[in-house]
Amino acid sequence: MLTIAVLYPDLLGTYGDGGNARVLAVRARARGLAAEVLEVTIGAPIPPASIYLLGGGEDGPQRLACDLLAEGGFVERVDEGAAVLAVCAGLQILGRSFAIEGDASYPGLGLIDAVTTRGPARSVGDMASNVDGRLLVGFENHGGVTVLGPQARPLGEMVVGRGNDGRRDGFRATRLWGTYAHGPVLAQNPWFADEVLAELAGEPLAPWPSVADRLYEERCALLSTRQADGDRSRGRH
Amino acid sequence: MTPGLTLRSRFAAVAVREVNALSRLLGRGSGTVAGGRAGLWVDPGLLTSLSRGRQVVLVTGTNGKTTTSAMVREGWGGDVAANATGANMPEGHVAALCASSAPRAVLETDEAWLSTVVGATRPAVVALLNLSRDQLDRANEVRQMAQRWRECLDAEYFHGVVVANSADPLVVFAAESASRVAWVDLPGTWRGDAASCPHCTRAIVFTTDSWSCACGFTKPPLAAASLRDQLVVDGVAHRLDLALPGAFNDANAAVALTVLSRLGVDVTGALGRIESLTSVQGRYGLRRFGDRRIRLLLAKNPAGTAALLESLEVGGDVWIAINAQVADGRDPSWLYDVPFEVLAERHVHCLGERRVDLATRLTYAGVSCDVVDDPDSLRSGSREVTLIANYTAFRDWMGRSAPC
Ligand SMILES: [Zn+2]
Repeated sequence: MLTIAVLYPDLLGTYGDGGNARVLAVRARARGLAAEVLEVTIGAPIPPASIYLLGGGEDGPQRLACDLLAEGGFVERVDEGAAVLAVCAGLQILGRSFAIEGDASYPGLGLIDAVTTRGPARSVGDMASNVDGRLLVGFENHGGVTVLGPQARPLGEMVVGRGNDGRRDGFRATRLWGTYAHGPVLAQNPWFADEVLAELAGEPLAPWPSVADRLYEERCALLSTRQADGDRSRGRH
Repeated sequence: MTPGLTLRSRFAAVAVREVNALSRLLGRGSGTVAGGRAGLWVDPGLLTSLSRGRQVVLVTGTNGKTTTSAMVREGWGGDVAANATGANMPEGHVAALCASSAPRAVLETDEAWLSTVVGATRPAVVALLNLSRDQLDRANEVRQMAQRWRECLDAEYFHGVVVANSADPLVVFAAESASRVAWVDLPGTWRGDAASCPHCTRAIVFTTDSWSCACGFTKPPLAAASLRDQLVVDGVAHRLDLALPGAFNDANAAVALTVLSRLGVDVTGALGRIESLTSVQGRYGLRRFGDRRIRLLLAKNPAGTAALLESLEVGGDVWIAINAQVADGRDPSWLYDVPFEVLAERHVHCLGERRVDLATRLTYAGVSCDVVDDPDSLRSGSREVTLIANYTAFRDWMGRSAPC
């Protein structure tokens, strides 16, 4: 049984990221794998799980979520082998520190060698990154700049948008993925959902065609055009 | 025209009417925004001078402000100035006040503009309906919005009455520092965006009828009005029998009637007038598309869409049209915050520019659906259709369909 735990959707649920849990569960069941989704709200203990999902949120809730994770034994569960998919504010929490209203450097969980500071402006718009030769598409909405330390590996190289710092998006470690892409990211990128799922299942998965494939194709086509336009306009300057 | 305007304001008001007449002549919409913008350019203080001497009501909130404004206007009766075309920023307010010299005005106000408009119009009553996520890519995060409302309604600056939904903690946070508040206790208020306390970020605990936080922030116990089986305003019970559908419209009526009671209007008489409203700016009314009859409903965000899904009648076809233009919010991921699972027994036609995003969402919700690339293929059919559309998709479908 795959247990998919959404951590604090009441704090980190501002951008529809809770959809990632549903996508994993539906795609797992379509392959005959049993899956359950648990929503862990403020005040509830963090249960054991195959994967923990963290989403985006506003400053105050982000700080509270970080405190609850630190006190609730989250890091220990991850050390014991649970997987993590973290988006936006969730990604920042996993790093060494992040900037937040009233505090330029709030301590994070330190699971990843990454530091987030406040950027010059908010990045809001479609984004795409190249992950091992495949496009990962989504929508970003954040004001942070995340710099990875020498220990950390990025998830992708930016094609459209800012991601961590204009060059790279998120991070990747064993059974752990971080990205700035909302969308939700697993709904927009069925291949990525299956990559995460295959890792959890410990085996390759049979294809499961759905309308999500058309969505992915269309978003890729659109963002590739935008990248080409961007390259042309950069070329003129 | 309101007497007592300065020469500059009078000139600015003329500019509003001239530009509006011109833009209507050129066929560029109703022109209210263009005219208002021109007037404010000539006289930045125009909204203040146009409001002077009038009794003004402002209505704001994430959902229901257009309908509630229409209800206040209808219930008030007689000649009332209003921005009934939905242009709810200062240029729309200026245009509305130029178009009518009525001594009373109801202005639907965009959430982000409340502070400016309160300062300019010195309203007698400000109604706060609810606050939840909407068009997030404009960085209009709801907790910041509540803080800005709170600052402009503070007793130190604002001396009118606030009519506010006590079931919504963010609205209570915004209204609690005002000098006079009439709380309206509404059932079924969306809680998704108020899980953590606006004072201390700890968890707000909700029970069936109340909510509270460990820091002492709690639902105001005494309400001027409450809506359960009946609507009770100032101790008097009324039975609501609206022509407009849905529990959310009962809630809108409860707020409108509380506003009117604070203005000294007889509630029973006002209710009679509100009950006869059948359509607001094309919403809820039946329209024709080919030989189909379509009921067109506007839903812009998770809370509003959830309320519409709950009020869907059994039987009939369901179509949903989703765009993601600037006015809609460029990011349609809010679809994952909508409990579409309630449509599990139905089949949905997915329309609009982001129809594939919608179909993906519905597929993950286990709802049977198809992507309609050519809406004209749906022109024939006998069953009545409920079409839920977000902002620009609604506008597209108003253009594509005709009144019945
Ligand atoms: Zn509190």
